[in-house]
Amino acid sequence: MTEASLTAPPMTEAQPKPPTNSIFRHAVYVVADNPVTGLSFGLFVLIALCALFGPYIVPYDPLASDTSATLQSPSLHHWFGTDLLGRDIFSRVLAATRLDFTIAIASVALVLVMGGLAGIAAGFFGGWTDRIVGRVSDTIMAFPLFVLAMGIVAALGNTVTNIVIATAIINFPLYVRVARAEANVRREAGFVQAARLSGNGDIRILLVHILPNIMPIMMVQISLTMGYAILNAAGLSFIGLGVKPPTPEWGIMVAEGATNIISGEWWVAFFPGGALMIAVFCFNLLGDGLRDLVDPQRRT
Amino acid sequence: MKRRDFLKSVSGIAAGAVVPAPAIWSSAKADGRSETLLVVTEGGPNNLDIHGVGTNRPGYETSWNCYDRLISHETKTLPDGTLSYDRDKFKPELAEDMNIGDMSVTFKLKKNAKFHDGTPVTAKDVKWSLDRSVTVGGFPTVQMKAGSLVDKEQFVLVDDNTVRIDFAKKDRLTIPDLAVIVPSIYNSELLKKKATEKDPWALDYTKSNTAGSGAYKVTSWKPGVEVVYERHDDWVGGKLPQLKKIIWRTVPSQGNRRALMERGDADISFDLSSKDTSEMKKESKLVIISNPIGNGMYSVELNVKNPPFDNPKVRQAVAYALPYQKIMDAAMFGLANPLFGGPSNSVTDIAWPAKTGYVNDMAKAKALMAESGASDIDTTVSFDLGAGDICEPIAVLVQESLAQIGIKTAINKIPGANWRSEMAKKSMPLMVNFFSGWLDYPEYFFFWCYSGQNAIFNTSSYVNPDMDVMIDGARAAAAIGDKEKYAKDVEGFISKAYNDVPRIPLFQPLLNVATQKNISGYVYWFHRQLDYRSIVKA
Amino acid sequence: MILKRLLTVIPTLIGVVIVTFLLTRVLPGDPAVYFAGPAATPQSIAEIRKSLGLDRSLPDQFARYVNDLAHGNFGNSLSTGRPVATEISSRLPASAELTLSGLLLAIVIAVPLGIFAAVKQGSFIDHLCRIIATAGVSLPVFFTGLLLVYIFYFKLGWSPAPIGRLDAFATAPPDITGFYLIDSLITGNFESFRASLSQLILPAVTLAVFSLAPITRMTRASMLAVLASEFIRTARASGLNGRTVILTYAFRNAMLPVVTTLGMVFSFLLGANVLVEKVFAWPGIGSYAVEALLQSDFAPVQGFVLTMAVLYVALNLLIDMLYGVIDPRVRLEA
Repeated sequence: MTEASLTAPPMTEAQPKPPTNSIFRHAVYVVADNPVTGLSFGLFVLIALCALFGPYIVPYDPLASDTSATLQSPSLHHWFGTDLLGRDIFSRVLAATRLDFTIAIASVALVLVMGGLAGIAAGFFGGWTDRIVGRVSDTIMAFPLFVLAMGIVAALGNTVTNIVIATAIINFPLYVRVARAEANVRREAGFVQAARLSGNGDIRILLVHILPNIMPIMMVQISLTMGYAILNAAGLSFIGLGVKPPTPEWGIMVAEGATNIISGEWWVAFFPGGALMIAVFCFNLLGDGLRDLVDPQRRT
Repeated sequence: MKRRDFLKSVSGIAAGAVVPAPAIWSSAKADGRSETLLVVTEGGPNNLDIHGVGTNRPGYETSWNCYDRLISHETKTLPDGTLSYDRDKFKPELAEDMNIGDMSVTFKLKKNAKFHDGTPVTAKDVKWSLDRSVTVGGFPTVQMKAGSLVDKEQFVLVDDNTVRIDFAKKDRLTIPDLAVIVPSIYNSELLKKKATEKDPWALDYTKSNTAGSGAYKVTSWKPGVEVVYERHDDWVGGKLPQLKKIIWRTVPSQGNRRALMERGDADISFDLSSKDTSEMKKESKLVIISNPIGNGMYSVELNVKNPPFDNPKVRQAVAYALPYQKIMDAAMFGLANPLFGGPSNSVTDIAWPAKTGYVNDMAKAKALMAESGASDIDTTVSFDLGAGDICEPIAVLVQESLAQIGIKTAINKIPGANWRSEMAKKSMPLMVNFFSGWLDYPEYFFFWCYSGQNAIFNTSSYVNPDMDVMIDGARAAAAIGDKEKYAKDVEGFISKAYNDVPRIPLFQPLLNVATQKNISGYVYWFHRQLDYRSIVKA
Repeated sequence: MILKRLLTVIPTLIGVVIVTFLLTRVLPGDPAVYFAGPAATPQSIAEIRKSLGLDRSLPDQFARYVNDLAHGNFGNSLSTGRPVATEISSRLPASAELTLSGLLLAIVIAVPLGIFAAVKQGSFIDHLCRIIATAGVSLPVFFTGLLLVYIFYFKLGWSPAPIGRLDAFATAPPDITGFYLIDSLITGNFESFRASLSQLILPAVTLAVFSLAPITRMTRASMLAVLASEFIRTARASGLNGRTVILTYAFRNAMLPVVTTLGMVFSFLLGANVLVEKVFAWPGIGSYAVEALLQSDFAPVQGFVLTMAVLYVALNLLIDMLYGVIDPRVRLEA
């Protein structure tokens, strides 16, 4: 329990509002109450550290090929073995953290801006805004989402930017839904009325008063979709529409390694697959944990 | 009470759905399995007729096995014991007799040949089919042109059983071109009935039906899933095949195809990756056959139209910078014939594909770069995603080695559909690519890849009058049998190509096939598809 | 009410048609060049472009497309040369059978898991349920699939070869519903029932593993909400058996959000299907669409997306109606 509470501090970043102390205490309470959440916070910190420092601490150059040492099984020299071109898989997995983390964060940030704002506007203004936003998000939902992502990447070209854009677009309806519901509930709330009476314009109320209030619930969504973003990128790689070689990325490494499983070189897919799974796992559990944190029913 | 009901129903469903059924195919496979061949490949046909618009390579396989040509090639045993078609020996297929004159060739048809529906094959069918191949446009017409077969007037009906083909000009490739897949013979009476005003050659019908006299006919085709063939018992084109039924399944996942072979569930896996080949060879549970792909090579191609590769020094620098052996090891697991490290770039032999004189020599590469005066080069290396398992490792190694001589490259994977259009645009600066010609003659390769007609395969956009003179010279010399002039021109154009180096040959790949141990009779064909007719299952 | 609901669907479908059309035209490949074959010349490419109607203006192409759609014509696939409508209708049952089996399997596992987790909230079981469900959704589906093939087919030999819906030597049951399981049962052909079931298990499990998490999570959350409510407390206070309370009172009330989630999960699975079909050589519409997309073959992609959109919309309609059955209040409000 004590080590779980040590890993709690990152949560405070998610709560920009002043009463940090009580929220912090609540965070400690939630984490202590739920060791799984504690574990996921710990993992999150680890992943973040890998993303920040990974490329500097790798034992080998993740791009350097060594055709004299291809497809070696895990050993003391190569902890995770080597791949088809003799590249060190441990180094590649570590170095890939940054890119995968970036894809996840960038796509989530993008959809947060697009979907979040559209949803808030829809919930707050209602009427035509609501109808248009609703139609757009219905239309996206009606697509088989992965195929839509494939189509977008195939049409725009397989670059990291386009993967981020595609991932953001397919998550758009989720964000709209959550943001709209939350904004709708709050639009007649006391503090909004108060702000309006004190002469604030709609836009200002939206950005200054409503947005910060729905951020906590959005955080849950963010955490869940970050995991989905990584999976989505992996799926695109499997089809052949992922990031460009030789850039290390978990999904493409799994996809490349997947053909080697039958021939016995399990490590090529296993370790990047493991990293991918841990990351997605962590984001998902984190989402659950955050939900507990922001769920008013638990704040008794 | 209620709880128990609920749980009962839940566990009932669960048990019904997840109970692991033991292997089930044992009972079903017994009947007819010994006369049926199960083939697995990555992709299936998109059209059963090679004359169709955009028929893919697997489609060629169906055409090859379901239609006959007038002539075909003999089979020969190679030094390693595997069987291959014999480029230089022809044998009659639908024809009984071939009589080559000075400016024409006359074929007499076998009298008892029948189409799948039982109608006899006549000279009219032959004339109609050859007319079709030079008229439908697209690939078949271009392929016929490669053998100087361009005009309907060239195909003359002599009598019910005899057809004469007049030569437009003397061309050594005319006869070989009659033995490729394109001049297949179709059931003209049937197809005329199926033809419409918009579709005079009944391409719509042959797209999904076979109307030939070949050894097999398609009885069921589910695109992307399977093709089922049955033997045509009245076939006279050769010895009646042993197998009565062929089931050809599409299994996209490479690992699964391998698993199917290793577990003995499939009979033949065609076109294996080099990695699987080298590993399965070691395991020796299966028969693995590898043949070099004739007139084919993987190469690094440089666009000579635009800087920086318009500068021959830069191209030579690239040729000296490539880590050839590493490339062959990583991409092909050593299973290929090297096309580098020969004695010189000026060859003294007409053997083709020939080795270049290039080796991995960084000092020389750097010196050439310095001489060229080019610097700060930033470019992209492109390849076809469909060939990614070979091209991607090559591209990565090319990128790595070019970085050492100051050429920065980004890697660009191009999806299969785009690849052709990108090639047609001729704007890619640097490519990893594969080309192989059906007709195994050097002048044929050069005609497509180096000549001034600037065909789609001349990805370098290399146009050089001296080169054209030699290519045309060799073709003319071959046609009249002037061996000396032919050798001089062939050696000349190969040497010129290697010194100017618009494309840098890497290696000649192999075509790999895995079969179960009870399968024999596999023959390597120039078209790189499976010929079921010779296959025997013990 | 249904009519009104149907009206709201129309703009969505129009949006789907437009977006798909534009998206497929932006695809970088040039089908004319692709289909001109290996020895194409500029003339032969131009000929093919003309015969495909690709030389016309975009609005013109769109007008023709819509006109065709209105006549129920989805166009022809360039790569298989067959009408898209026939292809889709012959492949849809394969995908539907797979997706529904996966979904059913997921429900059967996830709902009890969610209930247990909610009842034992905060306990070891709760955490375990969460970890199991989350782990499932954390692996890329194609990886799970390949792993299962490796273990259950290649290593253990329990499962048949992953070559589609039926073993190459088995005969398909007569086409009644298109669902092999149902057709073979109707015709009393137990041999082919067993054969198709054994082919179905691995891909269905792959899909189910992927969809456990959202269903478990939603079941747990909505059970928690219901368990905390007044009427459950009342029921408990009036001395009703704990299990009766949970299963009859709480679960029935908690089902509403779960059913909504199922709609989402289904849409999600239809996407994941694409990858699973590729791994298991499953002849469904997903694998068809992927191939088409990679070949810039417009018509199948458009047909696929449109079919999926219609399916999705229909499913949601169904769920809305189910709402009414489960919760009478919804009916009253309407």
